[in-house]
Amino acid sequence: MKTEAPPAEEKKAEEPPRKGRSLVVEGILIPLLALFSALVVGALVMIFTNPEVARAWTSFGRNPGAALSMSWELVGTAYGALFRGAFGNPTAISETLVASTPLILAGLSVALAFRAGLFNIGAEGQIIGGLLAASYVGFTFDLPLALHLPLALTAGFIGGAAWGAIPGFLKAKTGAHEVITTIMLNFIALNLLTFFLKTPIFQRPGRSDPLSKEVAESARLPSFGDYRVNWGIVLALVMAVLVWYLLFRTTIGFRFRAVGANPHAAAYAGMSVAGAYVLVMAFAGGLSGLAGAANLLGVTYSMSPGFLNYGFDAIALALLGRTHPLGVVLAALLFGALRAGSLVMQGTAAVGVDIIVVIQALIIMFVAAPALVREIYRIRARGAVETDTFTKSWAS
Amino acid sequence: MSTVAAAPATSRVSIRRARVMGIVFMLLGLASAWWFGFGTEGGLSSSFGLNGRSAATELPALVLPSRESALLLAAVCAFLGAIQLTRGFGQRTYLVLGVVVGCFILAFLIWAARDDSLNMVGMLQSTLLRSVPITLGALAGLLCERSGVINIAIEGMMLTAAFTGAIVGSAAGSTWIGLLLGIGSGALLGALLAVLSIRYRVDQIVGGTVINILALGLTSYLSAQILSRYQNLNSPGRFPVIEIPLLSEIPIVGPLLFANNIFVYLMFALVIFINVALFRSRWGLRVRAVGEHPKAADTVGIKVLRVRYRNVMLGGAMAGLAGSYFTLGSVGRFDENMTGGRGFIALAAMIFGRWNPIGAFGAALVFGFADSLQNKLAILQVPIASEFLLMAPYIATILVVAGVVGRARPPAADGQLYIKE
Repeated sequence: MKTEAPPAEEKKAEEPPRKGRSLVVEGILIPLLALFSALVVGALVMIFTNPEVARAWTSFGRNPGAALSMSWELVGTAYGALFRGAFGNPTAISETLVASTPLILAGLSVALAFRAGLFNIGAEGQIIGGLLAASYVGFTFDLPLALHLPLALTAGFIGGAAWGAIPGFLKAKTGAHEVITTIMLNFIALNLLTFFLKTPIFQRPGRSDPLSKEVAESARLPSFGDYRVNWGIVLALVMAVLVWYLLFRTTIGFRFRAVGANPHAAAYAGMSVAGAYVLVMAFAGGLSGLAGAANLLGVTYSMSPGFLNYGFDAIALALLGRTHPLGVVLAALLFGALRAGSLVMQGTAAVGVDIIVVIQALIIMFVAAPALVREIYRIRARGAVETDTFTKSWAS
Repeated sequence: MSTVAAAPATSRVSIRRARVMGIVFMLLGLASAWWFGFGTEGGLSSSFGLNGRSAATELPALVLPSRESALLLAAVCAFLGAIQLTRGFGQRTYLVLGVVVGCFILAFLIWAARDDSLNMVGMLQSTLLRSVPITLGALAGLLCERSGVINIAIEGMMLTAAFTGAIVGSAAGSTWIGLLLGIGSGALLGALLAVLSIRYRVDQIVGGTVINILALGLTSYLSAQILSRYQNLNSPGRFPVIEIPLLSEIPIVGPLLFANNIFVYLMFALVIFINVALFRSRWGLRVRAVGEHPKAADTVGIKVLRVRYRNVMLGGAMAGLAGSYFTLGSVGRFDENMTGGRGFIALAAMIFGRWNPIGAFGAALVFGFADSLQNKLAILQVPIASEFLLMAPYIATILVVAGVVGRARPPAADGQLYIKE
């Protein structure tokens, strides 16, 4: 790798590092430029996949104005609608927060496991574990709200934790790799869900299609006023604080991080690596389960077959937030805004919702490759360039 | 790798493991006797068809008395279990495990097909076809990881290639051009992964995740934007079945192995070729050296980064071939997210097969078999919820990975950044 000439580097390293400026560059400027670059590339994709606009570009030589103005109009309407759908009015903000809630919780789940050196691809299955448990408690019992709702949420946490603990236990006991076991458990959970939705325990009476009973009023997360946003978002934020506290202020959290940094050293220091794996996966699974429960008890109230499709996003959020709870929350709010805005964008600008998936991928790419952003915008690196490593290898 | 595992053969752990294995054999025997033997009324028979799609010579179906055959297979399992418990099979334990599991599955099939018939060759045929993308995907992962770059983007590369193959194949009116550009699109994403992880030092798992999400987003967006409006861009046609003269007329084996489309032949050739190249050629030695100990490889003059770039792009091309199979070899059109997680199954097959082409192929066959088994059993109306049959391969994988494979050992430098000093 040819980087800057070494002598100049060394001289710079001797100077007292100006922390303030590098923090602004690293923490704010680069993520903003990453977001901007992702939106620019997303706009290019929109322009060149729209048949009418693309045709205008083929006759660019004859009529350059038409091509430019059509492109401008397309991108302007699309991003305008995206922004309005995400932040334009109280309803839009409510939708953004609703979409962010499960994202925060699932992102925290993956981030927590990353801290202990485990790659949790199983958020999707753990969400289903949480869904099944929370909905069972939600429609079976008849209790006052103050008792029923916490009980349903706890059930969701436990359901997810049980599903998450399996790969942790298998890894600790037999060394089975968690990437394989979590993927397999996702598909097992998916089939279990489909199975249960056809049994009389879960299926709504009088329905032939696999749709579950609705959870009782007393188990629902109360919403704020007339908006769909509910106490789920508060729950998610509280969990983010708790995860931060667990990771950075408790012995258990220290153990997780030690095992994640170097399992051999942690074992040598007398920590139980196996115990940490089981515990962290149970916690992570519980958070994913809570993501499912919060969505069920706050938004949908019933289950239908299929993945909720938060698993991929959860991995992305954990990476984008650099596995820090605060970072995950900010990233989840951004993704939630994109999710909420994309629906309005599809309605008004006829640009498919999937474009935001492209934009999300580009955001992660640019954020994960600060060197690339520096190169595009000609920002000089200060001091040693740090690279993030999340997972060392397949083997522990 | 087996020599490493065999060294501490007399340790206490392996003795306990051998005992557990013996008990498992016995239990499988008992279970098949109980469910499949005594669970069948006497006097029924199971018939297995032995003719493929294109059988030149008609073979009579194999008819077995259901109850007696299942009991016989159960006895074999129990007998092998007894030997394992008393004497032990030592190094051949896993082979015997394979035999026992085979007997169990056969007993299950006999039970499932009691008073009915099951086309055996048809099932094996669909097993092979379903294992094609998984095998090729596993080879893609293996090419990258043997050189020290983790590739979890197989899924995304496959999906992109499936899309490219469909749209280019339709536009050009040629499946060959579709296949070529499908492979090319995979290689392009491989190049992206290589640039991100080698030049820009992005964490390899992150880079792979980016590609997966990007591929899912782009293909879904484009298919909604373009393919839904221009339906004629989504009918690339499929590669025809090529029957190899003479060989395809051999009963059972002929229709199974020698009457397939180009993807199946390519898969066989590539499994063998990569196995030889990786373990018997200079290129393979260099690749493995870079994956195990890049610094040592660099010291003897191997260009570590060049090897990694090349291998990741080759892996991308391989994933492109795997993805093209979906549109050009199997379905004949593109559907959103049509790979449906097979890239991840391929990843599992690669680890399951211990980063070894032949092993990965074997693992892919297991997935393919379970997949086609579930399909056939649904037709036989077996009184088991289809969801549990669908779950079976995944449960089996977990059991095998946890119980048999244990701590799979990846290339030592897998996933690690190499910075030349």
